[in-house]
Amino acid sequence: MLTRIVNMDRRYVFILVALAVIIPMLFSVSLPVSISQPTQNLYDYIENLPAGSTIMLAFDYGPSSLAELNPMARAILIQCFRNDIKVIALTLYADGTTLASTLIKEVAEEAQAVDGEDYVFLGFRPGATQVILGMGTEIAGVFETDLSGKPLSEIPIMKNIVNYDQIDLLVDLASSATPDAWIIYANVQYGLKIGAGVTGVMISQMFPYLQTGQLVGLMSGILGAAEYENLVDVPDKGMQWINVESFVHLLIVLLVVIGNIAYLIQREREES
Amino acid sequence: MQLLGIWVAAFLTLCIYSFLYKDNPLYRFAEHLFVGISVGYGIVLSIHQGFLPLAWKPFWEAITFQDTSGFWVIIPIAFGLLFFARLSPRHTWLIRYPIAILIGYGSGIAIPNVLRANIFEQTRGTLEPFGKIARETVAANGNIIPPLTPFEIVGAILMVIGVVCTLTYFFFSVEHRGPIKGLSKVGIAFLMIGFGSAFGNTVMGRVALLIQRMDFLMFDWIASIGTIFSSIF
Repeated sequence: MLTRIVNMDRRYVFILVALAVIIPMLFSVSLPVSISQPTQNLYDYIENLPAGSTIMLAFDYGPSSLAELNPMARAILIQCFRNDIKVIALTLYADGTTLASTLIKEVAEEAQAVDGEDYVFLGFRPGATQVILGMGTEIAGVFETDLSGKPLSEIPIMKNIVNYDQIDLLVDLASSATPDAWIIYANVQYGLKIGAGVTGVMISQMFPYLQTGQLVGLMSGILGAAEYENLVDVPDKGMQWINVESFVHLLIVLLVVIGNIAYLIQREREES
Repeated sequence: MQLLGIWVAAFLTLCIYSFLYKDNPLYRFAEHLFVGISVGYGIVLSIHQGFLPLAWKPFWEAITFQDTSGFWVIIPIAFGLLFFARLSPRHTWLIRYPIAILIGYGSGIAIPNVLRANIFEQTRGTLEPFGKIARETVAANGNIIPPLTPFEIVGAILMVIGVVCTLTYFFFSVEHRGPIKGLSKVGIAFLMIGFGSAFGNTVMGRVALLIQRMDFLMFDWIASIGTIFSSIF
């Protein structure tokens, strides 16, 4: 029996994980989600901005990370449109262009936000560092037009926006090291306030920046997305998926415990 | 059209997940398709969003005398083209110039900012809590922050111990014996806790990707089968 457990075909584990995902998804299980301080801080910071403020939203991720970051982006856009906060969106990822454009249009349609007045999507420019530094001098120097090709000078939301001095916060939704770049160049060089939403893989790297105040707040993976949806009171995919996630985590912990116990007992038997 | 997109996405998702059983041609087909499309998409987008508006447009306007201020882009374009000197063994040495510019520019921009963001600010962040142990402080937004609680004081002390011990572990100029060995062992413990936390978060991230795909298969793809049946019958 012990040998069987230790040498179990890994495909049984895949089946168990699949069942742990499918069953709670079918039965729509709902577990409580408490709000962590970093997510609360980001929410409060945006919530306390006066109407008419402007935030930059950087969609620095591709399709491989949309599961964690799209729900965050959706929740932040809803909060901004609801509070009459202008959104200037952009991406440092070529892959992020279509994703971001689709999501922004979708949320804007639901919130009846107007392109060019409530939000603008600048699109993608290659060379992350140069883009970040260039916008510190003049945004129009880097993005002459928005994604649709309309010159920034003709877009109402960009009328009084020259550089970071007119931006109240940048939120970077990231699947790689772009928050570091925003902090190193935009925060240090130009004093731009920065918040972030990152994938699970990157959470640990971001905490030192939170502790020093270089990040005003942080959404951590799918949990952060669920927390933010809870805060804006629009439960969606983040809330649904975090419930399913809890069951998979339980299964993984259980498998780790069983595997280790079986291994230790087997080793002891072999030694004796 | 949307229905077709859903079916293509579902087929490719299943192709990729078929690898969990064992390696097979369907998996390899989907993998190669993904790599090819990603690279192609990236190149086209870089040309349209980068090369054309930032290099070609000002260059063309300059040489057709529509806007002569665009002539300055000839300099960076010329240096950029030197990267292709690599293709000619006789002229390969020319590549040193664009690389030298990139390294010089990159280092000049990065070093002061990285030092400030990652060394000075982190050092301040590590020591600053000790200044708040016994007195109130004023936050940037004007709020009064009360002195640290006993729990926060323990946290601040632990943080300093963690930083010192972890740095000691990476200090290789002295042999790790006696007290140095003890400190570096504590450093290893802190590192392991860090790795454990990073691994746990990684598991959360990877599981989220699986959940998103299962959500797509169960609620978009299977629902589309219903749509097809209802339209037929």
